[in-house]
Amino acid sequence: MPIKDIVSNPHSPWMDGTGPEADIVISSRVRVARNLAGLPFPHMLNQIRAEEVIRAVQAAINGREFRQKVGHMELIRMKDLTPVERQVLVEKHLISPDLLESYEHKAVAISADEVLSVMINEEDHLRLQCLLPGFQLQRAWELVSRLDDGLEATLDYAFDEKLGYLTACPTNVGTGLRASVMLHLPGLVLVDQVKSVLGTITKFGLTVRGLYGEGTEAKGNLFQVSNQITLGQTEEDIMANLVSVTRQLLAQERAAREALYRERKDQLEDRVGRAYGLLKHARMMTSEEAIRLLSDLRLGIDLGIIKNIPAPLVIELMVLTRPAFLVKVVGKELSPVERDVYRAQLIRKKLSAAQQT
Amino acid sequence: MECERCHQRPATVHVTQIVNGDKRTMRLCEECAREIQVGTMGFFPQIDFHNFLSGLLHEFGFPTGPAVVTAGARCGACGLTEERFARQGLLGCGECYRYFGPRLEPVLRRIHGNTRHMGKVPERTGGKMRLKNRLERLKAELQAAVSREEFERAAELRDRIRELEKQLQEG
Repeated sequence: MPIKDIVSNPHSPWMDGTGPEADIVISSRVRVARNLAGLPFPHMLNQIRAEEVIRAVQAAINGREFRQKVGHMELIRMKDLTPVERQVLVEKHLISPDLLESYEHKAVAISADEVLSVMINEEDHLRLQCLLPGFQLQRAWELVSRLDDGLEATLDYAFDEKLGYLTACPTNVGTGLRASVMLHLPGLVLVDQVKSVLGTITKFGLTVRGLYGEGTEAKGNLFQVSNQITLGQTEEDIMANLVSVTRQLLAQERAAREALYRERKDQLEDRVGRAYGLLKHARMMTSEEAIRLLSDLRLGIDLGIIKNIPAPLVIELMVLTRPAFLVKVVGKELSPVERDVYRAQLIRKKLSAAQQT
Repeated sequence: MECERCHQRPATVHVTQIVNGDKRTMRLCEECAREIQVGTMGFFPQIDFHNFLSGLLHEFGFPTGPAVVTAGARCGACGLTEERFARQGLLGCGECYRYFGPRLEPVLRRIHGNTRHMGKVPERTGGKMRLKNRLERLKAELQAAVSREEFERAAELRDRIRELEKQLQEG
């Protein structure tokens, strides 16, 4: 799909709800940082040399070998997108918010299926990313590694025998690898265990943050868990650690859901039913309320309380009702009140369409 | 309740920020909250990772203010000063790792608990390195096997190590 279409399409393969453990692990992401040898890092580059980086990547992805090995990727400069389109790419998790700051000489290359992307001139020259639905870290690493090899076939990386891949920030040096899973943990939040459970994670060299909102106050009960250490371990070790900790979290979340359903069935069904009712009938809704209710609805679907709504639609709605996407869908700038009206309308429409099929 | 910042729209979001240990909660509308979070307001400095790293660098003796630049306190390739590195937490180029090497090592050890890359090596340019890394890993495994008194496994590993060492010598 061309990038101009990607920014209008609310759906992205990572929202598919496919892949293992997709009831809790929404998506798996692997990102690696790479820099080109002989060029200063992006924050030290002048305009001309920043353009050199973009052109070098363009040439690399146009190469025949790259296309055979990795497939087609389209490159677009940030300045050739509208502000809303740029924001949409952030909301779809295809680029980081940092790519929007002083974006004149920044660019992104995205594969047609939106699984692979390469951010250019963010903190490092290249940030390669693979984003997949469900619990598929190993697969994501394989795809990123292949993309990495494809680029390295023609690009010279800044690499040191002792320190590995050299990065602008010393916290990324070595493997340059940041692997993460996005987890939906309403059960642990409801039994009031999420803080203690997630607190222990840091002891395993991992870090956790709420996907929306600040700190541990994760709106929509969505949490992102990722590795902190990049130097001194193999990529396989880093991923094995994240995988085993995630498995523990999965077990804990499942246990919490079961306990809730067993001990607090009425309250749980009431909570889910109320969320569903509001989503189906409200006429105005803030993004904060939407994300909270959508999380409750998703839990209801996962527990079989709500039967006729497909689970992936909930994640799609979480993205679709973010501010920039809403503007893109409606096609004009919106006042905060209008936004809440359109948001509620969109949710009603999507939910009733899903029920009829 | 109205937003504490624009005093126009209703407050729907609580934003808690911690600045130098002081916690402050504001009731804001969604728009103001977002603006504050992306840092365009600037009435609170954004606490992010680089601030933390910067603090860590000062602890390891990197200069805290715009100090007099002495010889060697600047990367010979890109010109990044120690002072700028300490402020931003970002190095300027790959060569910076060499220029600031001895000073960086304790920092890397503090962050990663380690100072030696064990992972992937570039396919095209790093052929020999890949063998070296595999050799290191096998040696570590050998030690572990010996300490567990798994001598059969150890013998097997030793053979593979010899094989690799031969390959490396032959280039």
